[in-house]
This record gives sequence, structure tokens and C-alpha cells, in this order.
Amino acid sequence: MTSSFIHPSLILICGALLLPFIQGPLRKPYLFLIPLLTLSAVVLNSTLTGNFATVSFLDWQLTFGRVDKLSIVFALIMGLMAVIGTLYGLHVDRAGEHMAAWFYAAGSLGTIYSGDYLSLFFFWEMMAFSSVFLIWFRRGKQSLPVGYRYLLVHTVGGIILLAGILLRYQAVGNIAFDLMDVTHPQLYTWLIMIGFALNAAMVPLHSWLPEAYSEASFNGAVFLCAFTTKTAVYVLARSCAGMEILVVLGVVMALYGVIYAVMENDIRKLLAWSIVSQVGYMVAGIGIGTNLAINGAVTHAVVHILYKSLLFMGTGSVLYMTGKTKFTELGGLYKKMPATFFFTIIGCLSISAAPYFAAYVSKSMIITAGFDHHLNWASWLLMFGATGTFMYNGLKLPYFLFFGKNNCSSETWGKASDPEWNMLTAMTIGATLCVLVGTAPGFLYALLPYEMEYTPFTTYHLVETLQLLGFAALAFFLLKKYVEPVDRICVDIDWLYRRAGSAFLWLVKHPLQWGDTAWGEAYRVVGLQVLMTLSRFWSWFDWNVIDGIVDGIARLVRSLGGKVRILQSGQIQLTLFYAFSLAALLLVTFIFFQLL
Amino acid sequence: MTNLIEYLQAHLKMVVAVCFVLLAGIAGSTLLVDSSHAHTWAEKHIPFFWSFFGFSAAAAIIGITRWLGRSGIQTSPDVYTCSTSTACEEE
Repeated sequence: MTSSFIHPSLILICGALLLPFIQGPLRKPYLFLIPLLTLSAVVLNSTLTGNFATVSFLDWQLTFGRVDKLSIVFALIMGLMAVIGTLYGLHVDRAGEHMAAWFYAAGSLGTIYSGDYLSLFFFWEMMAFSSVFLIWFRRGKQSLPVGYRYLLVHTVGGIILLAGILLRYQAVGNIAFDLMDVTHPQLYTWLIMIGFALNAAMVPLHSWLPEAYSEASFNGAVFLCAFTTKTAVYVLARSCAGMEILVVLGVVMALYGVIYAVMENDIRKLLAWSIVSQVGYMVAGIGIGTNLAINGAVTHAVVHILYKSLLFMGTGSVLYMTGKTKFTELGGLYKKMPATFFFTIIGCLSISAAPYFAAYVSKSMIITAGFDHHLNWASWLLMFGATGTFMYNGLKLPYFLFFGKNNCSSETWGKASDPEWNMLTAMTIGATLCVLVGTAPGFLYALLPYEMEYTPFTTYHLVETLQLLGFAALAFFLLKKYVEPVDRICVDIDWLYRRAGSAFLWLVKHPLQWGDTAWGEAYRVVGLQVLMTLSRFWSWFDWNVIDGIVDGIARLVRSLGGKVRILQSGQIQLTLFYAFSLAALLLVTFIFFQLL
Repeated sequence: MTNLIEYLQAHLKMVVAVCFVLLAGIAGSTLLVDSSHAHTWAEKHIPFFWSFFGFSAAAAIIGITRWLGRSGIQTSPDVYTCSTSTACEEE
């Protein structure tokens, strides 16, 4: 470990391992201290540039601390998210849940600082295997199967990534994690990209995300919404910038997420679909690959973490207080949860790219980069998606959750109120940052990997946005009866593999089980009787033939022994008599035969 | 804040009227804004372009989702748990 570089993942991992031993009144200060130390380490690291914490392993040079502008900006937001997320769940007693969250954040930070594919893969898998506990800790009826599906999908993604890494090593002879030759993609380029794409929830590899994030614990979802997809955006920006297929995939994601979010009845699943959509903008930016587009993707990733975590904190508060997440079981909550409503509205305005809120300074960078790069079709479709984002997140979510028809049962209504102080504090920090970034993005722009000249605060941009949002709102209120939530779920691509799984289960339970039962019965009736007959024969054979021979020889030897025994009288003169008689007999016989 | 919301709800007609005036103002302001830096021909030459775009896009999304939802994408919440009769029986 190089002296000046402090690996923040180590702080989180050590902190997580010690956490179960920290009990009582020390627990909460400790919970706050460790992420704060992690963030401090990240801030200190951001003053460095170069490769640190390099370790020789077999023939390879592992780099655990690559510090450059791209890793700095992502590490900073992840470090900050570790603080906000832990603060939000500060009152959670289960040490295991905090440990899982910290290991998860450590995996993300480790991936971001990795300079080689081997250490990257290690931290990448750490993320997958620790984050699943954030789903299981909800302990709902569906948590366990959803967690297993999440793990299964990520294991498959990990295997694809590993295959790509191995093929790449065979082809180029090193494990350096750098920009690949995306203009001449090889098989390994595709495999690595697909491995990353799965974590970025690219359509059609996205179904794990809405399912898992909506099923996670109330504070687990705050971590989940920040780390996996944005770490994937980071690695894609690092390795696949300029890969043209990503523009198409990004646009598809942006629109696909919008369509499903508009139809969704579960407030947290709506936000999860929104992640698919928003990550689509980042993926498209990476695919465009120009300096402005990459900067736009990075900026959007940062602000997305801020507003999305704020939204998940708002909806998590609703879940935590009422136990409900469906629009059809909620509504009119502004009276009971005014602070939550206020913070959620800030998150909604931020994701909608409303002027002077977070995404206002990021989304337009990607769209402008598309127009500048003559990818007009992509930019138009992204604008179309942006209108949809405002509709489901800026209008549908707050309207049907906090206003609209009150669908709360008396029990739900009774339980609804603003949550605990730590949750409100975390939301206050998130909301403040959303407004701060939206109004003064200069400090964020200064952290971006490439130099650029871009200002979002032009009159044209302001008027364009106000028109877009204002008239989309008009359409929403005129047509809102057609988007009223209904108690139904939306079938997605996961239907295919769930059907395939069900078909496999049916195959196992019916034809294979029948075959197995039939075989068992046949064995019992035919095989067992044959076996018993054979056994009886061999028993007879053993008793009468084998034992007969062995016992016969034994009896013969014993009989001979009995007869020979009488020769052994023990008297020397008799022994000498027999010996000499035998010798004489032999001698006489010999002479007789010689004379013949 | 709750009081403010309730006040606005009590004066809904006034709020709607103010919103329409604001929308008209926003749309009208496009005639005054320099659009020479706009990216495409449509933005530069079609008046109230983004107003039309916002309204049409929102209406189209509502229409598409409505159609998709009715064509089978939106389905019963127990579609997976009852995907096989055995699973339902077990429950």
C-alpha cells in the first residue's frame, strides 16, 4: 500500500467486520463514523493522481488505487452516498444489514479504483454477493426468491464478464483495465461489455432491477439505487466509450423505462423503472463518446445518485411508516407526511430536469452532445423520454401518492406520519445537494474528466424546458384518468425466463418425476426380486462351493495332520528309526532303478 | 405548507386559471427568445415548438402505455405465483 493512498474500501470492510462487536450507545456514532472516514479517505485520495496500491500477484501487476479524474468523481459520489445511506438507516438494529451495505459500498469503491480486471472482478462480485442481503433483509414473502433470482442473474453476468476477461488476456496478454478498441470489437469486447451491461440494467438484461429494488428493505433500496448501475456506468465509460451500439441501447433503455414506469402501480418499482430509463441517458452518452457526452454521462450519474436516493428515501419513508408501496393502497398523504412530501417533490423536480434542479444541468449535456454529433434521432428520442420522465416521476408519483384519491385503509392512514429524525436529516442533505447542484453546478463541472465549455443556464434552455414541462403537465391533467394506477403488475421480459423456469419445474415435477417413480417401482418389482434370487444363489454358492472347497481343504489338512501327528512321538530313537528306514528305502529304490 | 395546499385546493378554479395564464406566458415567451443556437430547423422555425412537443409526447406516451397495458402487459398481480396450477395448490 502506497503511503499517500488510503483505500476507502478497507475502511468500510474493517468497519463492517468490527460492527457486530460495537453494541449499545456506541453503535450509532460508530455507524456514522465509518462512512464519514470513508468519505474523508476518498476526499484525500482526490488530491492524488496516478496508480497506487500496486501489488504483484503471479505474473500480474494488480492496481487497487488508480486515481484520475474519472475515478475521483465517481468515488466522491459513492463515498457521499455511503454517508447518506447509512444516516438514513441509522436506527436499524440489524448489524448484518449495515455490514451488507458497507461491503456493497466497498465493492463499488474498489471497482472504481481498480486499474486491472482481476481486482475489478473481485470487487465486482463483492458488490453482487453483498447487495443481495439488502433484499433478503426485508424478510417479505417474496424477498427470498427475488434475492435468489437477483443472485442468479448477477452470477451469470459475472461468468460472462470473466469469460471476456480471460479471452482478452489470451488475446492481448495483460489485464489492464483501460479503454478497449471499440471500433474493432472482438468477442472479448462484447463479453466484457455484456457483463457490464447486465449491471447497468440494459434492455433486455434489465429485469432483475425493478424486481430487486422494489423488494429491498426500505434503506437497502437507497444503497441499491446508487451503487450497482452507476458503477456499471463508470466501467462502461472507462472501457467502452464511443461504442456505437450503446447509443441504440441507451435510447431503448430510456424509452422502455418510461413506458413501464407510467404503467406501474408500485411506487418503488416505478422508481426502479426510472433507473432503467435514466441510466439509458448515461449509456447513450457513453455510446456517443465525445468529451461533452462523457462529461454529460458522468454528471448525470452523479446527480442521478443524488435525486434517486432522495426519491427512494421518500418512498422508503412511506413504506417504513405505512408498510404499503402501492398507489392503490395509498394517496392523499401530504397531510400526514408533509416533510416527506416536500423532499420527494424536490427529488421529482430534480429528476424531471426542472430549471435549477439537479438533472437540469446534466441531461441537456447528453442531448446536446447527440445533436452536436449529428445523432439527431437519438436526441429527439431522449427528449421524448425526458417528457415521459416528467410525467411519471414529476406528476404521477407525487400526484397519486400525496394527492389524488385517498386509498389508504384506516390502519394505513393511522400509521402514516413523517419518519424518524435521521431519515429526515438524510433527506434534507439529499434535497439540499439536489438544489445546490442544480443552481451552482460549477463545482461538479470542475470535477469532470474532460475540459468543456457548457452552460445550462441559457434563456433558450430555460424556455424550452418550461414549455416541455408545462405542456406535458397540461396533457397529464387532461388525460390523467388514463394513467390512474390499477392493482395490476406489468409483465416484462422476465416473463420469458420465469415461464422457462416454470416449464423446467413442470418438466422436473411431472415427466421426470413420473419417470423416476416408474423406474423406482420397476426396480422394486423386477430389480429387487432378481437381486434377491441372485443373492440367494450366491449365498448358496458361497456356502456350498466356496466354503466347501475351503472347508474341505481345511478338513483334509486336519485329517492328514492327525495322521502325521502320530509319527511325532517325541522319542529320538523312533524318529531316527523312521528317518533311517526312509533313507534306506530311498537308497534301495535308487539302486534298483539304476540296475534296470 | 399543508395549509397552503388546502387553500389552493379550496380555490382550484383560480389555480387552474393562473396555470393557464402561465402556460400562455411561457408559450408566448418563445417568440421573444433568440433561437439561433437551437440545434435543428424545427426548433428555429416552428413557433411554440417545444410546447407542441411536450404536449404531444405526453399524450403519445399516455396513449402507448394505455394500449400496451390493455393488450396484456398489465395483468393480475398473482400471474407468477399462480403460473402453474401446482404452485397455487401449494399455496
